[in-house]
Amino acid sequence: MQASSVVVEAETRPSHVVVVGNPNVGKTTLFNRLTGQNARVGNYPGITVERKVGTLKQLDAQGMPNEVVDVPGCYSLSSRSPEEQIALWSVLGMHGFQIPDLVVCVVDAGQLTRNLYLALQLAEFRVPLVIVINMIDEVPEKAIDAAEIGEIFGVPCLPVSARTGLGVDDLRTTIAAALKAPPRPRLAPKYATELVRHVDRVAEAFPAEWRRNVEHDRALGLWALTSVEEDDELEGIPSDLRGRVLEVHREMSGTSIDEAVITARYALLDDLEPRFYGKVPPKHERLGTKRLDQVLLHPVFGFAIFIALMLLVFQSLFAWSDPAISLIETAFGALATLVTELLPPSWFRDLVTEGVIGGVGNVVVFLPQILLLFLFIGVLEDSGYMARVAYLMDRVMRVLGLHGRAFVPMLSGFACAVPAILATRTMERQRDRLLTMLVVPLMTCSARLPVYTLIIAALFPPTDLFGALPVQGLLMVGMYLFSLVVSLIAAWVLGRTVVKGKSVPLILELPPYRLPRISTTLRMMWQRSSLFLKEAGSVILVCTIVLWALLSFPKSDDVAAVAASPTTSHQLESARPHPTPIEQSYGGQLGKLLEPAIEPLGFDWRIGVGIIGAFAAREVFVSTMGLVYGIGDMGDDDAPLREQIRSSTRPDGSPAYSPLTGLSLMVFFALACQCVSTLSVVRRETRSWRWPAFLFGYMTLLAYGTSFLVYQGGTLLGF
Amino acid sequence: MTLAQSRIGDVVAIEAVEGERSFRRRLLELGLVPGTLVTFLGVAPLGDPLQLTVRGCQLSIRRSEALQIRVRVTEALGAPASLVPSAPVSA
Repeated sequence: MQASSVVVEAETRPSHVVVVGNPNVGKTTLFNRLTGQNARVGNYPGITVERKVGTLKQLDAQGMPNEVVDVPGCYSLSSRSPEEQIALWSVLGMHGFQIPDLVVCVVDAGQLTRNLYLALQLAEFRVPLVIVINMIDEVPEKAIDAAEIGEIFGVPCLPVSARTGLGVDDLRTTIAAALKAPPRPRLAPKYATELVRHVDRVAEAFPAEWRRNVEHDRALGLWALTSVEEDDELEGIPSDLRGRVLEVHREMSGTSIDEAVITARYALLDDLEPRFYGKVPPKHERLGTKRLDQVLLHPVFGFAIFIALMLLVFQSLFAWSDPAISLIETAFGALATLVTELLPPSWFRDLVTEGVIGGVGNVVVFLPQILLLFLFIGVLEDSGYMARVAYLMDRVMRVLGLHGRAFVPMLSGFACAVPAILATRTMERQRDRLLTMLVVPLMTCSARLPVYTLIIAALFPPTDLFGALPVQGLLMVGMYLFSLVVSLIAAWVLGRTVVKGKSVPLILELPPYRLPRISTTLRMMWQRSSLFLKEAGSVILVCTIVLWALLSFPKSDDVAAVAASPTTSHQLESARPHPTPIEQSYGGQLGKLLEPAIEPLGFDWRIGVGIIGAFAAREVFVSTMGLVYGIGDMGDDDAPLREQIRSSTRPDGSPAYSPLTGLSLMVFFALACQCVSTLSVVRRETRSWRWPAFLFGYMTLLAYGTSFLVYQGGTLLGF
Repeated sequence: MTLAQSRIGDVVAIEAVEGERSFRRRLLELGLVPGTLVTFLGVAPLGDPLQLTVRGCQLSIRRSEALQIRVRVTEALGAPASLVPSAPVSA
């Protein structure tokens, strides 16, 4: 009956196959093998967990494409958070998920028992199942008796190497056959009678749509007993059911049920284990990994290699991406020049050149760093070293209330917050991702450097402190340390207030070292970049155009004429220069409107306009200030601007900016979230406007408050 | 004794996992059920976390959590297994 209903459904929709497995079993590599080039990455509704869907390379029996979903890696189906619930929903087709026609469980040939634990759970639910023993090339030939394992579970079981492609064709044939005649597993551990009685009581409280057949209801009852608790974060649990589970827990504690269930499963697997293996004894020790770890986790050499590798990552993001970034900037600049020459002067021309072309340039310019960072992440993750990074750095990250895995995103934040926030995907817990995202924008990114350079060079003397320490260099180092200290404090505070979440004990798996596969990495680089372009890019583009409009309108011919006439610094110094176009723009007016608010920080309206312009990207502060002072195209040399800032005066004739203003301004730039790109990436990653709004709010307040203290405190102290 | 007290190189058998329910459940599900053999491989350079081998898999947990795993030494470092009283262990 079950089979016929599947056939009827298959005529109306494509077959639906889900691929599940423990983390690090090569599930994604196998998924890529099965689906080829057509995988699409999206999100599960409401949760920031990635959902990968593809279509099988061959059609099903009805000539329909088969849809394959790559379920996030999991050790078991039990769950306490919505993220962990996804595996259960996917394999059972609950909570609005499609009921799968076939579940493919991928297991690691090197860790059979632990991996088959998940297969056993699936078998208890009687879902149509195929077991794939992956990485078969890593164990001696004939070490594993796949046919016997299939016999034990009552479903097809195939040895495969997703890396080399060995057995993948057989798997395709098996999947096609299994879709026609769904193989129902028939293995289940024996549970104590008392436990089964409790399970049946829980199953009675299920809503009608949860019930399917006796075995399914019992397995789901066991799931509820081992997952539901007073303070879990599960979704879609009816209150009747929760009440019933807690009622049972009063008679038999949750922990004793967990232990009874899990030990019964392992007892069965341990009993069967000798039958899993063939004539050749399995090689349990991975000697290569052991030897490598002796070096890579060594207190001295290990750390030296770690620091060297991380410096390499950082240096590449910081410096090596530069030629590509310059190339993109030059290309977009040339394109804008070309359009300027082709079109007659009009506001439309400016919209195209400064708004659209500039905006698209603002998006594309992130690609070199994103691609490079994900190249490194891909290689580190795929080789198994990323888990070692977490292992080595966990002690440090723990102080911040974070997991060792947060290290690479945090480090990347010193180059640019945008790829760093995208990199938080490598962390499993939503809370850890969120906390990292909220702290990363405080790191001194490379876009702050031109701002610091300008301010330091303009307002601080090139003298030495104590005859040896250059003041300007010290300030730069100081700004780095300042941002580091503030971000540590922010992580500590935010982790205990805004993103509290229950602290989850670290259980880190150190997978064996493997040669990374370049195709997997390239695919990830491509997926990350295209997602960024599509989802964050549009927001960045719109914001750039809005900012351009703010700083360009209203336009008067009179103003344009003034701007067109050659301005020299000599002219500007004369009594009162003509107002520059930007001064009369909405942005300029806004800057003047803001002046009373930012005056306590030591800023005048001109800096206000610069800050508004810097929303597009922090370094735009420099060119906006150039426009404010009517210095046309500055090119790479900001010397005239430095001169202007230094000699700028207040209406009463006193110098407009002191070194204290400079310090206050740098502190403001260090702390404020002056970056629409960061905000739009956070929006994309959290799927809400709430978090970017919070990020912007807290950082702006922090920046305002700290700059206020610096300027007012400094003034009081007589600086 | 607890896992945190065993010495590097020791092979121990799990007697019980204690502590918070979700932590317990996760460790049990990773195969650290009573009777399972665990090799204490080493400690991270900064003193934490610890590195273990369980069922052919390398795991890492923090010292504070290892304090909640009760174990019995089956093969002490440098001492032959026969000298240590040991109950039958399911391998």
